[in-house]
Amino acid sequence: MKAIMTTHVHPSFTLVPSAPNSVDSHKNTMKDTDIKTLLYAHFLCIFSVILSVLIPSFFVEDFSILDTHLTWLCFCSLFVTSINLVLYLVPKPNSSSKRSSLSHKVTRFLKCCVYFLVSCFSFHVIFVLYGAPLFELVLETFLFAVILSTFTTVPCLCLLGPNLKAWLRVFSKNGGHLRNQKTRVTSIWENSLQITTISSFVGAWFGAFPIPLDWERPWQVWPISCTVGATFGYVAGLVISPLWIYWNRKQLTYKNN
Amino acid sequence: MRYALYKNLAVLPFLRNFHPGARRWRWGSLRRSIRAGNSMVPGLTGRRSTSGRRSRMQKVLVLLFLVWVCLLFYAGIALFTSGFLLTRLELTNYSICQEPPGPGFLPWGSQGKPGACWMTSRFSRVVLVLIDALRFDFAQPQQSHTSGDPPVSLPFMGKLGSLQRLLEIQPHHARLYRSQVDPPTTTMQRLKALTTGSLPTFIDAGSNFASHAILEDNLIKQLNSAGRRVVFMGDDTWKDLFPGAFSKAFFFSSFNVKDLHTVDNGILEHLYPTMDSGEWDVLIAHFLGVDHCGHKHGPHHPEMAKKLSQMDQVIRGLVERLENDTLLVVAGDHGMTVNGDHGGDSDLEVSAALFLYSSTPLFPSAPPKDPETIPQVSLVPTLALLLGLPIPFGNIGEVMAELFSWGEDSRPDSSALAQASVLHLNAQQVSRFLHAYSAATQDLQVKELHRLQNLFSKASADYQRLLQSPHRAEATLQTVITELQQFLRGARAICIESWARFSLVRMAGGATLLAAACLLCLLASQWATFLAFPFRPLLLIPVAWALAGTILYAGLLTATRLKLDLVVLGAVAAGGSLLPFLWKVWGSWRSKKPLATMLPIPGPVLLLLFIRLATFFSDSFVVAEARATPFLLGSLILLLVVQRHWEGELLVPKLLTIPRLGSSTLTGPPRHSGAYALRLGVGLLLCTRLAGLFHRCPEETPACHSSPWLSPLASMVDGRAKNLWYGACVGALVALLVAVRLWLRHYGNLKSPEPPVLFVRWGLPLMALGTAAYWALVSGADEAPPRLRALVAGASVVLPRAVVGLAATGLMLLLWKPVTVLVKAGTGAPRTRTVLTPFSGPPTSQADLDYVVPQIYRHMQEEFRGRLERTKSQGPLTVAAYRLGSVYSAAMVTALTLLAFPLLLLHAERISLVFLLLFLQSFLLLHLLAAEIPITAPGPFTVPWQAVSAWALMATQTFYSTGHQPVFPAIHWHAAFVGFPEGHGSSTWLPALLVGANTFASHLLFAVGCPLLLLWPFLCESQGPRKRRQPLRSETEARVRPEEEEEPLMEMRLRDAPHHFNAALLQLGLKYLFVLGVQILACALAASILRRHLMVWKVFAPKFIFEAIGFIVSSVGLLLGIALVMRVDGAVSSWFEKLVLAQQR
Repeated sequence: MKAIMTTHVHPSFTLVPSAPNSVDSHKNTMKDTDIKTLLYAHFLCIFSVILSVLIPSFFVEDFSILDTHLTWLCFCSLFVTSINLVLYLVPKPNSSSKRSSLSHKVTRFLKCCVYFLVSCFSFHVIFVLYGAPLFELVLETFLFAVILSTFTTVPCLCLLGPNLKAWLRVFSKNGGHLRNQKTRVTSIWENSLQITTISSFVGAWFGAFPIPLDWERPWQVWPISCTVGATFGYVAGLVISPLWIYWNRKQLTYKNN
Repeated sequence: MRYALYKNLAVLPFLRNFHPGARRWRWGSLRRSIRAGNSMVPGLTGRRSTSGRRSRMQKVLVLLFLVWVCLLFYAGIALFTSGFLLTRLELTNYSICQEPPGPGFLPWGSQGKPGACWMTSRFSRVVLVLIDALRFDFAQPQQSHTSGDPPVSLPFMGKLGSLQRLLEIQPHHARLYRSQVDPPTTTMQRLKALTTGSLPTFIDAGSNFASHAILEDNLIKQLNSAGRRVVFMGDDTWKDLFPGAFSKAFFFSSFNVKDLHTVDNGILEHLYPTMDSGEWDVLIAHFLGVDHCGHKHGPHHPEMAKKLSQMDQVIRGLVERLENDTLLVVAGDHGMTVNGDHGGDSDLEVSAALFLYSSTPLFPSAPPKDPETIPQVSLVPTLALLLGLPIPFGNIGEVMAELFSWGEDSRPDSSALAQASVLHLNAQQVSRFLHAYSAATQDLQVKELHRLQNLFSKASADYQRLLQSPHRAEATLQTVITELQQFLRGARAICIESWARFSLVRMAGGATLLAAACLLCLLASQWATFLAFPFRPLLLIPVAWALAGTILYAGLLTATRLKLDLVVLGAVAAGGSLLPFLWKVWGSWRSKKPLATMLPIPGPVLLLLFIRLATFFSDSFVVAEARATPFLLGSLILLLVVQRHWEGELLVPKLLTIPRLGSSTLTGPPRHSGAYALRLGVGLLLCTRLAGLFHRCPEETPACHSSPWLSPLASMVDGRAKNLWYGACVGALVALLVAVRLWLRHYGNLKSPEPPVLFVRWGLPLMALGTAAYWALVSGADEAPPRLRALVAGASVVLPRAVVGLAATGLMLLLWKPVTVLVKAGTGAPRTRTVLTPFSGPPTSQADLDYVVPQIYRHMQEEFRGRLERTKSQGPLTVAAYRLGSVYSAAMVTALTLLAFPLLLLHAERISLVFLLLFLQSFLLLHLLAAEIPITAPGPFTVPWQAVSAWALMATQTFYSTGHQPVFPAIHWHAAFVGFPEGHGSSTWLPALLVGANTFASHLLFAVGCPLLLLWPFLCESQGPRKRRQPLRSETEARVRPEEEEEPLMEMRLRDAPHHFNAALLQLGLKYLFVLGVQILACALAASILRRHLMVWKVFAPKFIFEAIGFIVSSVGLLLGIALVMRVDGAVSSWFEKLVLAQQR
């Protein structure tokens, strides 16, 4: 994994503070192009989710989301992760200028992997605490944790790097008092990250509701409804966040004052 | 000890240096009282006592207001219940063969003949084929297409061709009826009706809740006592209803509704061999395929056609094997809706098919073109008399007279006479039943009963005259028959009126009352925060209105001379008292006040609450509530944690907390640490999950396995495991005890000489010891050597009673002297700035300094000492008060522990682990919630909605994790025998109390502990740094003694603002009542909207009953808890007064 930029190192995400009046129009266009980029990136993510449904059927026999659910989970996780990597890493020409040594990159990559695993395990623990079976269906539960990590942790890792403080800052109301308390220190990428992450969680949460119903559908089996709910939530978040940011672009102030 | 104190004091100056500038505390009335005591001012004391009186008055008003709200809910519940839950008393009288139901001749002098009771038998054998949910139109012959309409082809039509053929070929042998079924149209109730001839309701009072066995007189019982062999095959519901009644039986599980064939194929395997073997007198085959097909596919599915064709084949096969002395009955127990469900009272559900056939001629005339409609219960007296049995005692069916129109002689009127005599016999039996029933209860309308009685005596007299007169005119015969039939139908009608009809008006009225009470709670909890709570308009005027409404209604009743109905009276009073409030709401709504102020619940909590309420409307979710509640609780907890993070509080500590002294890392979690909240949340989730391991499965989910830990230890075989478990249970007891003691010691100490504290010190271990000993005896009772049997038996009676007695003593002591404060007065050390910190044990950390007495009492002490120094020549007197800062919650916790022990005793041993978890869980939750709430020094105090919701959720979760389910078979009946191993004799209230205490233990504990939600944040004030400080008033205030500013006031803040305290208690009570009230409202609405749902009697109605009783228990517990807090408050006040007076002297 190549240099993973935090917001303050990536130029295209960050508006350099300067005299407010002169750059106003420039900022707006910047915003618009940013939103456009965001939209395309999100379309790619959605596309990857759709691909994960379509492609495996070519080389896996009897592939369907419900019957070979675990396979699909693996594919989906793989596809979304790779698209995320491609999106956030490849077209970065001059990402981390200072410390681009190989060892540094390797440690970062390893750190990211560790973070990902830790998030998977902690999600697993949370599911069990929420009532998932402890001894049965362990693989299913774990894969659910993996897919939820894919939807939430991987974008965070890509965008913010293995930097817990930055995560906490993004996921709090006022940027967590860490910096200037009055400023909302976020970029639209972080904003969209908030939205997709929260909607993935909410989707997974709502996915748990049909399980007790006595409809006896195949998708009511643990954890299918939850994984599907999480996927729907993720996709919905991907769709909503550019729109939401577009509608609220006047109110949003990104790192400019 | 002293040394430790001084050692701590040495650090104080450092602290002082660290927080320069003294702060001024609000002294409130306390300070005033001290001044009043100190200097002169009788005027001040006088004012104080009036304010005290006002505060006391306000307390009474708060309690009265809560009582009134509770009464509103009770009235609503009672009204709804009276319309929804139809009740009937089960009589256990039996008809006896040798005893005719009334005076008069039995037809044809049948007593002498063998095998004949009230009549000679017409058939010696009966084959009863019960096809579940055989709707009438399933069996209806297809009309010939004469009318010209195109034939409608539905899958279920005309599939029973053999019935049609028999009707056409042998019109005198066969007859098809449309049998009119009484709701509830559920199989168990129908089977009861088909054997007892009565109208079973959901609650047949007097029936044994633990099993479904029919206690009333019934056909099967009569067959057994007549020595007939009854062979049964099919639905295993019969096994529960008639245990051991069949000479041979093949039961098949009726549980899986999706399985169409297992039961039917099982029956078919045995049906013909059994029939050919001839070892039977009555053969009953109960097929389930049609019903299951309806549930799975609905009637309009090709599968239904297949199933009905299969049934047709069965009937054909039976008819071929039928002998002359055998009657074939094909009956459906109920119908089904267009969706294939049943349970309600729609036309399709209540029309079932009934088909009779015999190979000898049975009917005098050909069948009418349109099949006759008869009540379903008519089959019971008919079958009884045809088989020569007495009619079951409680039967209210009318015999099908045309089956008895065979006379012994050839006289022309003999057939009519035979019918009249059968009807008379039937009428005598029904009349006897009505007598017996109306003597037992007052359900039936007296006036109507009287009219019927007159009708019966007239018909009976006419009949007697007819028998004696030699010339029997056809016309008089017909009048007698008509009169008898009128009587029978009238009798049935009044029974239906009181047993089988929902009263929609009452249900709607009850639900409206509940909704209005909820609204009242919601709005009043908003108003309660204001100082001037409108008690007068909200309490006095309603009472006046209620009285007016009651008087009006009573007057109306006496004017119209109707029977006084207490339920309706209560509802009218409640409605009347609500009127002014509703008027006010209407006014404010019209003046368009923003609705946002009326809906104060925060969004996420509202969503959770809404989801919780929505789950009451789905039977699956009611069944799965044991899993859904922890899920919602967990969501709420995580929401709280995440919200704190979102607000940015989680990041604060590292940057904003004032770094404490060097050892700050050792002081335990500071109050606002994010990791602390996170840890609390995870701990809570863990506890919830662990408690979920003690889970009893509802019977609706066969795949689920109940926890093996719910059974008592005595049932364990493995001795070693038993010992280990026993050790774990005793460990849980000890842990609970130690935790409570540690807690009490932490917040004050256990050194007060007051009796409750002594009780906590000595009585609690004694109770634990008694409980442990009782468990040891009970779990090993069988292994006791015979010599010790008597001793063991005696001990197992005495021990539980002793524990309960101890607990009651403890509670009494607590009520008598709730202020557990240690006042220390004695010659202290030579005058220094000695501060006695209420602290014991080795001082491990700096944080211990935070637990010192509220500074105000030290201030008092200083004052006293100052005065004493002036007046007395001896050494200075030191007065210190311990535990004042936690005086309320200490009383609460002590009371809860005392309550928990007897409740623990009623459960199986291993549930004690759940009780430990319960205490731990509520402790963690209280801490988590306390971290949320800012302490506003002078008030108003509020308890946030999420706290109340989480508390209520936790009560429900604990209900499930103590092994309960809201269904009657899951009640822990063994609780009635704790302390009463021999049973209770004839008393019913004591076992009911014990079982109720077992079932609603969690409701009670959480409701009583509810005030802790208000108290805990103040208690937590002593921990961690206080962020919110009063701004420095002025430099002149700095003269307040420097070390005092570090003393947390804790719960004395509440006392400082008695008005706010009372308002907060009121608000807390109202909020909790609201959360519980909307639950019961949702249950009531679900039960009434889904009253035709398949699961209404199995899921929704029991759930409603459990919720209703749970609500009543909770509300009483809540009132007790609040009253306890008020009692403590009153005691604290009088304690202060006494102290001040003592100093004045």
